Amino acid sequence: MATETIAGTEVQVDEEGFFVDPNVWTEDMAGELASQVGVDELTEDHWTVIKFCRTDFDAKGESPTLRRVSTETGVPTKQLFALFPKKPAKKMSYVSGVPKPKGCV
Amino acid sequence: MDRFDTESDRKLCIVVSKGTLDGAYPSLIMANAAAAEGIDTHLFFTFWGMDVITKQKMDKLAVTPVGNTSMPIPQALAPMPGMATMATKMMRKQISDLDVPDVPEFMEMLHEMGVTMWACRMSVDMMGLDEDDFFEGVEDIISAGDFMELNEGAQLLFT
Repeated sequence: MATETIAGTEVQVDEEGFFVDPNVWTEDMAGELASQVGVDELTEDHWTVIKFCRTDFDAKGESPTLRRVSTETGVPTKQLFALFPKKPAKKMSYVSGVPKPKGCV
Repeated sequence: MDRFDTESDRKLCIVVSKGTLDGAYPSLIMANAAAAEGIDTHLFFTFWGMDVITKQKMDKLAVTPVGNTSMPIPQALAPMPGMATMATKMMRKQISDLDVPDVPEFMEMLHEMGVTMWACRMSVDMMGLDEDDFFEGVEDIISAGDFMELNEGAQLLFT
């Protein structure tokens, strides 16, 4: 297990960089996390996705898949690829401080 | 900086040759996972796989217990009327209960995700189909030779 400093706070992360404890995540960490995955600016749409990832993880105990984010927030799948390029499922979870999704679809 | 950028030019080509529910879904699920990982993903539909891209048929894919010993029905009963309908209904429900989309919606989603879909020239000719019969996400009708050029350096799955 490694430690990284995100927004001035030391955070324990797994080998891929995901937070070991999603509860230590705060909103002011999102910008720095985003910049680590090639997302330079967080727009309103990014925040819609991030906030859903957080609330859904809190409610279900697991990270939502792309399909779930898209159907529940109304953000089209294509748009998720634009917001979090190339690997949207991993990136949206990473920026939201939750584990990568386990679901297949 | 992008910590998830592996700088790989990974490419996956999946040949879909089956048109049953249980034959088609695994390919669609793999394609979905691949696209979400940023992999350049292609689906090549051939033979019965053509049903998956044919507008009139894509929402009617079925599963039959006949010859399928994995299904919890004695094989002697499998060919009885209504069995295939029942098995299809059950499988569709199980899939939908997992919030996995039905075939037309799934194909739409894959298309949105940038998965490229190809129809097999020989199957098109054999079945008397043309472009208008296909779901609009289909890129083109190509020959086996074209497909070989396309899959150079790619990882291949035949399903």
